[in-house]
Amino acid sequence: MANIRYTRDHEYIAIDGEAGTVGITDHAQKALGDIVYVELPAVGAIVARAEQAAVVESVKAASDVFAPVSGEVIAINSALEKQPGAVNEDPLGNGWFYRLQLSNPSELEGLMDEAAYAAYLETLD
Amino acid sequence: MTEAPQTQAAPAARTALHALHISLGGKMILFAGYEMPVQFSLGVLGEHQHTRAQAGLFDVSHMGQAFLVGVNHESTARALEALCPADLLSLKPGQQRYTQLLNEDGGIFDDLMVTRSGDPGEDGVLMLVVNASRKEADFALIEATLPKDVKLLRAPHRALLALQGPMAELVLTRHCADAAALAFMTAGSMKIAGLDCQVSRSGYTGEDGFEISIRAERAERLARTLLGEPEVLPIGLGARDSLRLEAGLCLYGHDIDLTTSPVAAGLAWTIGKRRREEGGFPGAARIQAELAEGPQHRRVGLLPEGRAPARERTEIRDRDDALIGVVTSGGFGPSLNAPLAMGYVASDHAHDGAEVMLVVRGKPMPARVTPMPFIPHRYRRA
Repeated sequence: MANIRYTRDHEYIAIDGEAGTVGITDHAQKALGDIVYVELPAVGAIVARAEQAAVVESVKAASDVFAPVSGEVIAINSALEKQPGAVNEDPLGNGWFYRLQLSNPSELEGLMDEAAYAAYLETLD
Repeated sequence: MTEAPQTQAAPAARTALHALHISLGGKMILFAGYEMPVQFSLGVLGEHQHTRAQAGLFDVSHMGQAFLVGVNHESTARALEALCPADLLSLKPGQQRYTQLLNEDGGIFDDLMVTRSGDPGEDGVLMLVVNASRKEADFALIEATLPKDVKLLRAPHRALLALQGPMAELVLTRHCADAAALAFMTAGSMKIAGLDCQVSRSGYTGEDGFEISIRAERAERLARTLLGEPEVLPIGLGARDSLRLEAGLCLYGHDIDLTTSPVAAGLAWTIGKRRREEGGFPGAARIQAELAEGPQHRRVGLLPEGRAPARERTEIRDRDDALIGVVTSGGFGPSLNAPLAMGYVASDHAHDGAEVMLVVRGKPMPARVTPMPFIPHRYRRA
């Protein structure tokens, strides 16, 4: 089982070693509805924890997506340009946004694990 | 005894179909003071596409309905012509017209549908449908203007349903054979599944379809009857907005408001020929001048070249980076499968093919001025 951590804003990062794959959670994609456009950071961009790194747009509105931790963008999911609906269909798989080389892995301690995120979702709505 | 201070906002109003929306899984939001479904389980994209492919049922009971009643058609039509630039005098029985209430500056106070009753016993009755967010202001304005022999009767006891899409006629005629005889922008009173209704052939999607006014207590029976047909799904406000945007239709408070004239808004076609010459409506001087000389800004359609939607309030700049206008509605068109927008630009840029820049999140994105509608209308004209 991959080691996945979650933010209170419903981003996830699936960690492997010093890198991680970032996207939005199933709860987030359901709340946003049909996604029609994703604006991704450039490869090589430096992102800081809790700062805007991407934008996701549904038919109705645009929403900021924040970086769960700090690091350098080492890959982006270019397939989302043509298939933004992958975020709805498979948010933790084909709907990933970008890969990050972590600059401060200790920031992961501030994120929720699976159980904590599930409990957090229970407190919403 | 003391009155409790009224610090809380008025509770959200509900339409006669509120319980039905909940039971159908409607995701409810507050809109113009009403709890309304923004989408059902299918979602905005699916609901939009279903409406264009088959038929969708919309609850638009939040809109304001009223009857304007005078001694004869001329009396009632002239009373409303004092506020609107349309030729209402020439409306035939059962005919419907789109127009605007204007303020003294020729700005749009609201836009509305006006229908002359087709019932021979109701000469002098006009039915009005106005925007939910404007209805109290509209009705106050109309009442303040009416002569003594014309009365405004509000109809809060009536619900309004819209059945829209290429299969709307097929579905409705199963329960109401008379509906087939209606042409676009005409109306009549008829029974649907035995229920008394006022039916007009009109809508807000660009598709063929009907708007059905019915007493609120019977609205759920009507809605359940129509939803029982295999072609019909319930559609929320989200798809209502994307459908009307693709159809190039204005949304009040966004694409038109107190500052925009019907000429700048591209609605000069709704101003009657006789009215252009005679005037006699609020702001006639400005509107006649704009008709003669052209307005400073015009509402246009915009197609961004990339995939990023340009939302309301996005700046429009020319290729030399000068500010020339602003987006008033924008998003993604599910049938167009591309982003689309409408907005106002300085008139010298308001020609088809003009190249402009839309500034999205600080980045200028190329776009082109394009004719509207974005998706061709499929009205059933006479």
